[in-house]
Amino acid sequence: MNGEEGTMAGTKNHDYHILPPDIAPLATTIGAFVFTSGMVLFMHDMPGGAFVPWAGLAILLASMFMWFSKIVKEAHAGDHTPVVQLHQRYGMILFIASEVMFFVGWFWAFFDFSLFPSELADVIGGQWPPKAIEAVMDPFALPLLNTLILLCSGTTVTWAHHSLIHGDREGLKKGLWATILLGALFSCIQAYEYMHAPFGFGGNTYSSAFYMATGFHGFHVIVGTIMLIVCLKRTYNGDFTPRQHFGFEAAAWYWHFVDVVWLFLFVAVYIWGGWGYPTH
Amino acid sequence: MATTADHFQAHPEDHGHHHDAEHKPAFFARWFMSTNHKDIGTMYLIFAIIAGIVGGAFSGMMRVELNEPGIQYLDTFARWFGAVNPDFNTTLHTWNVLITAHGLIMVFFMVMPAIIGGFGNWFVPIMIGAPDMAFPRMNNISFWLTVAGFCSLLCSAFVPGGTGNGAGTGWTVYAPLSTSGSPGPAVDFGIFALHLAGAGSIMGAINFITTIFNMRAPGMTIHKMPLFVWSVLVTAFLLLLSLPVLAAAITMLLTDRNFGTTFFDASGGGDPVLYQHLFWFFGHPEVYIMILPGFGIISQIISTFSKKPVFGYLGMAYAMVAIGVVGFIVWAHHMYATGLSVNTKMYFTAATMVIAVPTGVKIFSWIATMWGGSVEFKSPMVWAMGFIFLFTVGGVTGVYLANGGIDDVVHDTYFVVAHFHYVLSLGAVTALFAGFYYWFPKMSGRMHSEFLSHVHFWIFFVGVNMIFFPMHFLGLQGMPRRYPDYAEAYTHWNHIATVGYMVMAASLVVWFINIAYAYIAGKKAEDNYWGEGATTLEWTLTSPPPFHQFETLPVIGETVHH
Repeated sequence: MNGEEGTMAGTKNHDYHILPPDIAPLATTIGAFVFTSGMVLFMHDMPGGAFVPWAGLAILLASMFMWFSKIVKEAHAGDHTPVVQLHQRYGMILFIASEVMFFVGWFWAFFDFSLFPSELADVIGGQWPPKAIEAVMDPFALPLLNTLILLCSGTTVTWAHHSLIHGDREGLKKGLWATILLGALFSCIQAYEYMHAPFGFGGNTYSSAFYMATGFHGFHVIVGTIMLIVCLKRTYNGDFTPRQHFGFEAAAWYWHFVDVVWLFLFVAVYIWGGWGYPTH
Repeated sequence: MATTADHFQAHPEDHGHHHDAEHKPAFFARWFMSTNHKDIGTMYLIFAIIAGIVGGAFSGMMRVELNEPGIQYLDTFARWFGAVNPDFNTTLHTWNVLITAHGLIMVFFMVMPAIIGGFGNWFVPIMIGAPDMAFPRMNNISFWLTVAGFCSLLCSAFVPGGTGNGAGTGWTVYAPLSTSGSPGPAVDFGIFALHLAGAGSIMGAINFITTIFNMRAPGMTIHKMPLFVWSVLVTAFLLLLSLPVLAAAITMLLTDRNFGTTFFDASGGGDPVLYQHLFWFFGHPEVYIMILPGFGIISQIISTFSKKPVFGYLGMAYAMVAIGVVGFIVWAHHMYATGLSVNTKMYFTAATMVIAVPTGVKIFSWIATMWGGSVEFKSPMVWAMGFIFLFTVGGVTGVYLANGGIDDVVHDTYFVVAHFHYVLSLGAVTALFAGFYYWFPKMSGRMHSEFLSHVHFWIFFVGVNMIFFPMHFLGLQGMPRRYPDYAEAYTHWNHIATVGYMVMAASLVVWFINIAYAYIAGKKAEDNYWGEGATTLEWTLTSPPPFHQFETLPVIGETVHH
């Protein structure tokens, strides 16, 4: 694990990344705290509820931008030695593992409601989809299209990755553009679907589980799309080499994770969860 | 690991880089922008002490109210939280606020920050021979998010909750009390407190796992890691996989409360018991999150002061792994009284009993480590032996409660309160004090008083047993949890418990005097002040260690023992 002496910053004799003090963590935390407190004000119609969440969000996003920009600069400075890159791989895999467990919570709620529909509540009537739901979405219309879009975007991001590995910068740009546009198209179709859904947001377990599970998935699609947009911008800046491009790989891993979650949502919530029910 | 010291030079003055290794940033940069695992660990420890005082004050308020039957002081406490002329409901709501705040603070803002954030941060990198954590900046946000969570929880105490100010839901935040039962903003502040602290803990977990897997010094194979490092590794996996489920559950609470979903609202087909499943899927691993690092600390201490390697090292390591794995599939033993089917109860009873096996491996291996050793009763050792006794008491009552049939009878009585305080405030907290006395001179550079440490231990030991042992009797006699008043028949043991609280509080005064003594008059700590039994890598460094240790990585030899 010994570094080549003289080539490393400072006097350290190892390849780990020892960082100088940094304000970004505290700034990000302040943003998060202002945001959550502002959301409390907003949810209870208290003074400041209209703008404090936005202020918190702005601080949060600005701090994160500052933070991630530094990571990119450090990559250029050569701080990301092979062992540090390995850290980043572990970090991203573990983060995705925690995200998987977050979705486990939502699927748990969905299967509880669908396998054991309430006999007591009039809006459910012991059936799934519940009585209150007059019609569900046709899974083989827009949701199927969205499935194909996401699967397709999984191949385009792989196209971009292989182009990058083989030094084909144009292919990398095209692959990323295609993936981003497909991701944006998915989000637009999802928004259209929400606006034209035959059932509202709350009031029963079907719409609660449906909107929160697909909504959190949609939020993750948007986050993944932003990660890919950052990668595209960095590509135009001349970043990434065929041998070192973990920023890209992390975005691609995240994108595949989002894709897999959708496949589970599509099969469980859209197809199985509405099987045999009138569609709209 | 005594052999390792021969392989490298840890003292900064011994090589040419004295200035760089010791170069510390100025005050603001050092403490508000820290990327140093030892400074962040110190901040976690100070934060945990402050939060512990707040959480301990809440339990003091509860004990003084429970000193005799009737309502004595609750209306005064209600005024402290901002009630003007508290009516009866507001007064009783204050009780719920006290138990909620006590539980949440002690779990999320005292034990976890101290044992994982504090000792984990300080000693995991050092024990594996690493210069810092894998993600030093993310380490810092983990700390600050914990502070932000605590601030959010404090905010909740002064805004409306249910029938008065503050979140009065219990630390479990069960619906529907936490949804339709508590319309005010207090519970939302509480939910966000958990979101913030939870995000910090998930990032901390990622950091620890990456550090332990990826930054072990040359020769430090996974089967040579000190058991404290093993314990933090297992704990980090539990955090990583359980906290996101809690995040989902409390997000459902949030949308049920504010946006019209019906996850836990029976009128919309929702299921309050679903909340309990989701909560305890997190909550049961959580109790191991609090105790496993304590197991690790105790293993280091027992080995050090028996001057022997720990008995059955691999068994000890994999017992913790087993506890972690099985800990994920026993959650519904917290829910025996919710109407689970008999088959479900049988499964969860059997699965829970299984955990007694790896836990027994640990207890007996600690005893076997002492067996035939050259045992020295230094301050950390008396705390560690106290831990083994007290944790075993809590473990035995745990085996009782694992039985669905018995739990039906004592569920939500003081028997349960006695059980979980024996494993937590007498188990985890005793391990914290053991770790404190073990490592305080290493962290501060000053020796504490052995005499005061022993006095602290014995007063604490008597005090906590006076508080919690009578609760077994109260519970078996049928006294329910979470009430500020009780029938006169329960007066005697409640009075004893309140006196015990005063005794325990007095022991903390001794502790603070001991810390003050160390800084004012304490001897300068040597590198290895515990002598030949202390063989892990922190004892090869100065006390306190250089600002950046291991600028040349240590090489771990073949003859290493644990």
